Amino acid sequence: MAIPEKTAAPPVASDEFRTTLISVLPHLRAFARGLCGRPDMADDLVQETAIKAWAAMDRFTPGTNMRAWTFAILRNHYLSELRRNRRQVDYDPDVAERILFMEADQEAPLHLSDMEGALQKLSPERREALLLVGASGFTYEQAARICDCATGTMKSRVARARAELAAILDPGKEAEAVSHRSE
Amino acid sequence: MDFVFRQPATMNDRRYIPRKASCGRSTGQPGWAKGLRKLYDSVVEEPLPDSFEDLLKKLDQRGDGHP
Repeated sequence: MAIPEKTAAPPVASDEFRTTLISVLPHLRAFARGLCGRPDMADDLVQETAIKAWAAMDRFTPGTNMRAWTFAILRNHYLSELRRNRRQVDYDPDVAERILFMEADQEAPLHLSDMEGALQKLSPERREALLLVGASGFTYEQAARICDCATGTMKSRVARARAELAAILDPGKEAEAVSHRSE
Repeated sequence: MDFVFRQPATMNDRRYIPRKASCGRSTGQPGWAKGLRKLYDSVVEEPLPDSFEDLLKKLDQRGDGHP
Protein backbone atom coordinates (compact mmCIF):
# COMPACT_ATOMS: atom_id res chain seq x y z
CA MET A 1 0.00 0.00 0.00
CA ALA A 2 1.45 3.34 -1.01
CA ILE A 3 1.72 6.12 1.49
CA PRO A 4 -0.21 9.16 0.32
CA GLU A 5 1.99 12.00 -0.77
CA LYS A 6 2.27 14.88 1.61
CA THR A 7 0.80 18.22 0.74
CA ALA A 8 0.92 21.60 2.42
CA ALA A 9 -1.98 20.50 4.54
CA PRO A 10 -1.25 18.47 7.65
CA PRO A 11 -0.18 15.03 6.49
CA VAL A 12 -2.62 12.28 7.01
CA ALA A 13 -1.20 9.04 8.28
CA SER A 14 -1.63 6.13 6.02
CA ASP A 15 -4.03 3.62 7.39
CA GLU A 16 -1.27 1.07 7.36
CA PHE A 17 1.07 3.21 9.42
CA ARG A 18 -1.65 4.03 11.91
CA THR A 19 -2.82 0.44 12.20
CA THR A 20 0.69 -0.88 12.64
CA LEU A 21 1.54 1.78 15.19
CA ILE A 22 -1.52 0.88 17.21
CA SER A 23 -0.60 -2.79 17.04
CA VAL A 24 2.81 -2.18 18.55
CA LEU A 25 1.60 0.06 21.37
CA PRO A 26 0.98 -2.84 23.78
CA HIS A 27 4.51 -4.09 23.16
CA LEU A 28 5.92 -0.62 23.65
CA ARG A 29 4.06 -0.37 26.94
CA ALA A 30 5.49 -3.70 28.08
CA PHE A 31 9.01 -2.71 27.09
CA ALA A 32 8.68 0.69 28.73
CA ARG A 33 7.23 -0.81 31.89
CA GLY A 34 10.17 -3.15 32.12
CA LEU A 35 12.64 -0.36 31.49
CA CYS A 36 11.40 2.13 34.03
CA GLY A 37 9.31 0.03 36.39
CA ARG A 38 6.56 2.61 36.69
CA PRO A 39 3.28 2.38 34.81
CA ASP A 40 2.70 6.12 34.69
CA MET A 41 6.17 6.89 33.43
CA ALA A 42 6.00 3.97 31.01
CA ASP A 43 2.82 5.28 29.43
CA ASP A 44 4.35 8.74 29.15
CA LEU A 45 7.32 7.19 27.38
CA VAL A 46 5.06 5.33 24.98
CA GLN A 47 3.02 8.43 24.21
CA GLU A 48 6.18 10.39 23.50
CA THR A 49 7.37 7.54 21.32
CA ALA A 50 4.11 7.51 19.37
CA ILE A 51 4.40 11.25 18.82
CA LYS A 52 7.99 10.94 17.65
CA ALA A 53 7.15 8.03 15.38
CA TRP A 54 4.24 9.95 13.92
CA ALA A 55 6.41 12.97 13.28
CA ALA A 56 9.01 10.74 11.62
CA MET A 57 6.49 8.81 9.58
CA ASP A 58 8.27 9.70 6.35
CA ARG A 59 11.37 7.91 7.55
CA PHE A 60 9.58 4.64 8.12
CA THR A 61 9.71 2.20 5.26
CA PRO A 62 6.44 0.34 4.91
CA GLY A 63 6.91 -3.36 5.27
CA THR A 64 9.87 -3.06 7.61
CA ASN A 65 9.81 -3.83 11.29
CA MET A 66 7.70 -1.16 12.98
CA ARG A 67 8.21 -2.80 16.34
CA ALA A 68 12.00 -2.60 16.14
CA TRP A 69 11.84 0.96 14.82
CA THR A 70 9.57 2.20 17.60
CA PHE A 71 11.45 0.27 20.27
CA ALA A 72 14.59 2.12 19.23
CA ILE A 73 12.77 5.43 19.45
CA LEU A 74 11.43 4.59 22.90
CA ARG A 75 14.78 3.34 24.09
CA ASN A 76 16.59 6.47 22.97
CA HIS A 77 13.95 8.70 24.50
CA TYR A 78 14.15 6.79 27.77
CA LEU A 79 17.93 7.10 27.93
CA SER A 80 17.81 10.80 27.19
CA GLU A 81 15.24 11.21 29.97
CA LEU A 82 17.48 9.22 32.28
CA ARG A 83 20.42 11.44 31.51
CA ARG A 84 18.32 14.52 32.03
CA ASN A 85 16.64 13.49 35.23
CA ARG A 86 19.31 11.22 36.60
CA ARG A 87 17.76 8.08 37.98
CA GLN A 88 14.06 8.69 38.19
CA VAL A 89 13.15 5.09 37.95
CA ASP A 90 12.46 4.26 41.56
CA TYR A 91 10.75 0.99 41.84
CA ASP A 92 7.32 1.35 43.33
CA PRO A 93 6.70 -1.68 45.56
CA ASP A 94 3.00 -0.92 45.71
CA VAL A 95 2.55 -1.26 41.99
CA ALA A 96 1.50 -4.86 41.89
CA GLU A 97 1.17 -7.84 44.11
CA ARG A 98 -0.33 -10.09 41.51
CA ILE A 99 0.97 -13.60 41.55
CA LEU A 100 3.01 -14.11 38.46
CA PHE A 101 2.89 -17.84 38.50
CA MET A 102 2.83 -20.65 40.98
CA GLU A 103 3.68 -24.17 40.11
CA ALA A 104 2.09 -27.00 42.00
CA ASP A 105 4.85 -27.80 44.41
CA GLN A 106 6.73 -24.56 44.57
CA GLU A 107 7.45 -23.37 48.05
CA ALA A 108 6.99 -19.77 47.09
CA PRO A 109 5.38 -18.22 44.05
CA LEU A 110 7.22 -15.73 41.96
CA HIS A 111 5.37 -12.46 42.17
CA LEU A 112 5.14 -9.92 39.46
CA SER A 113 6.57 -7.46 41.94
CA ASP A 114 9.57 -9.74 42.55
CA MET A 115 10.42 -9.71 38.89
CA GLU A 116 9.81 -5.99 38.49
CA GLY A 117 11.98 -5.27 41.50
CA ALA A 118 14.75 -7.51 40.26
CA LEU A 119 14.67 -5.95 36.81
CA GLN A 120 15.10 -2.51 38.28
CA LYS A 121 18.26 -3.63 40.04
CA LEU A 122 19.95 -4.27 36.71
CA SER A 123 21.85 -1.55 34.94
CA PRO A 124 19.84 0.12 32.16
CA GLU A 125 21.99 -1.54 29.51
CA ARG A 126 21.43 -5.01 30.87
CA ARG A 127 17.79 -4.38 31.58
CA GLU A 128 17.02 -3.33 28.06
CA ALA A 129 19.09 -6.20 26.66
CA LEU A 130 17.17 -8.75 28.68
CA LEU A 131 13.82 -7.19 27.86
CA LEU A 132 14.55 -7.10 24.15
CA VAL A 133 15.90 -10.62 23.81
CA GLY A 134 14.38 -12.42 26.76
CA ALA A 135 10.91 -10.90 26.77
CA SER A 136 10.21 -9.08 23.52
CA GLY A 137 11.51 -11.85 21.32
CA PHE A 138 14.04 -9.91 19.26
CA THR A 139 17.10 -11.67 17.95
CA TYR A 140 20.49 -10.60 19.21
CA GLU A 141 21.07 -8.89 15.89
CA GLN A 142 17.81 -6.96 16.02
CA ALA A 143 18.36 -6.00 19.64
CA ALA A 144 21.88 -4.82 18.82
CA ARG A 145 20.52 -2.61 16.06
CA ILE A 146 17.89 -1.17 18.39
CA CYS A 147 20.56 -0.37 20.98
CA ASP A 148 23.10 0.72 18.40
CA CYS A 149 25.76 -1.67 19.58
CA ALA A 150 27.62 -4.70 18.25
CA THR A 151 25.91 -8.06 18.29
CA GLY A 152 28.66 -9.43 20.50
CA THR A 153 28.09 -6.65 22.98
CA MET A 154 24.40 -7.47 23.04
CA LYS A 155 25.11 -11.13 23.65
CA SER A 156 27.43 -10.23 26.48
CA ARG A 157 24.90 -7.89 28.06
CA VAL A 158 22.16 -10.50 27.87
CA ALA A 159 24.38 -13.17 29.39
CA ARG A 160 25.42 -10.90 32.23
CA ALA A 161 21.86 -9.73 32.78
CA ARG A 162 20.62 -13.30 32.94
CA ALA A 163 23.27 -14.22 35.50
CA GLU A 164 22.58 -11.15 37.57
CA LEU A 165 18.82 -11.52 37.48
CA ALA A 166 19.05 -15.19 38.38
CA ALA A 167 21.25 -14.32 41.33
CA ILE A 168 18.94 -11.55 42.50
CA LEU A 169 15.95 -13.86 42.40
CA ASP A 170 17.88 -16.61 44.08
CA PRO A 171 19.63 -15.08 47.09
CA GLY A 172 21.63 -18.24 47.52
CA LYS A 173 23.43 -17.40 44.36
CA GLU A 174 23.72 -13.71 44.99
CA ALA A 175 27.41 -13.99 45.68
CA GLU A 176 27.86 -15.20 42.15
CA ALA A 177 26.12 -12.20 40.69
CA VAL A 178 28.07 -10.05 38.38
CA SER A 179 28.04 -6.96 40.46
CA HIS A 180 29.46 -4.30 38.22
CA ARG A 181 26.93 -1.86 36.87
CA SER A 182 28.76 -0.41 33.94
CA GLU A 183 30.18 -1.90 30.80
CA MET B 1 21.20 -46.99 50.07
CA ASP B 2 19.50 -44.70 52.49
CA PHE B 3 20.01 -41.98 49.92
CA VAL B 4 17.99 -43.92 47.40
CA PHE B 5 15.08 -44.26 49.76
CA ARG B 6 15.12 -40.69 50.84
CA GLN B 7 15.54 -39.01 47.49
CA PRO B 8 13.06 -40.30 44.94
CA ALA B 9 10.34 -37.81 45.83
CA THR B 10 12.46 -34.98 44.61
CA MET B 11 14.97 -36.62 42.35
CA ASN B 12 12.72 -37.11 39.43
CA ASP B 13 10.48 -34.17 39.84
CA ARG B 14 11.90 -30.71 39.60
CA ARG B 15 8.64 -29.28 40.77
CA TYR B 16 9.79 -30.06 44.28
CA ILE B 17 12.64 -27.68 43.92
CA PRO B 18 11.57 -24.28 45.13
CA ARG B 19 11.93 -21.25 42.89
CA LYS B 20 15.57 -21.12 42.02
CA ALA B 21 17.26 -19.65 39.04
CA SER B 22 18.93 -22.90 38.21
CA CYS B 23 15.90 -25.14 38.53
CA GLY B 24 15.00 -25.08 34.89
CA ARG B 25 18.35 -25.06 33.25
CA SER B 26 17.93 -28.55 31.97
CA THR B 27 15.05 -27.30 29.80
CA GLY B 28 16.88 -24.17 28.81
CA GLN B 29 14.33 -21.92 30.46
CA PRO B 30 14.72 -21.18 34.14
CA GLY B 31 11.76 -20.08 36.21
CA TRP B 32 12.70 -16.45 36.15
CA ALA B 33 12.87 -16.51 32.35
CA LYS B 34 9.27 -17.64 32.21
CA GLY B 35 8.49 -15.00 34.78
CA LEU B 36 10.12 -12.31 32.68
CA ARG B 37 8.10 -13.32 29.67
CA LYS B 38 4.97 -13.48 31.77
CA LEU B 39 5.63 -10.02 33.12
CA TYR B 40 5.99 -8.70 29.59
CA ASP B 41 2.90 -10.50 28.33
CA SER B 42 0.81 -9.32 31.26
CA VAL B 43 1.36 -5.75 30.12
CA VAL B 44 0.84 -6.57 26.45
CA GLU B 45 -2.52 -8.06 27.30
CA GLU B 46 -3.70 -5.02 29.22
CA PRO B 47 -6.27 -2.91 27.40
CA LEU B 48 -4.83 0.34 26.16
CA PRO B 49 -5.70 3.29 28.37
CA ASP B 50 -8.14 5.78 26.84
CA SER B 51 -5.35 8.33 26.77
CA PHE B 52 -3.81 6.50 23.83
CA GLU B 53 -6.95 6.70 21.76
CA ASP B 54 -7.15 10.39 22.58
CA LEU B 55 -3.57 10.82 21.50
CA LEU B 56 -4.12 9.08 18.19
CA LYS B 57 -7.18 11.21 17.49
CA LYS B 58 -5.18 14.35 18.14
CA LEU B 59 -2.37 13.12 15.93
CA ASP B 60 -4.86 12.34 13.19
CA GLN B 61 -6.30 15.81 13.42
CA ARG B 62 -3.05 17.74 13.47
CA GLY B 63 -0.81 15.37 11.60
CA ASP B 64 2.32 17.14 12.76
CA GLY B 65 3.12 15.04 15.75
CA HIS B 66 2.34 17.74 18.27
CA PRO B 67 -1.05 17.19 19.88
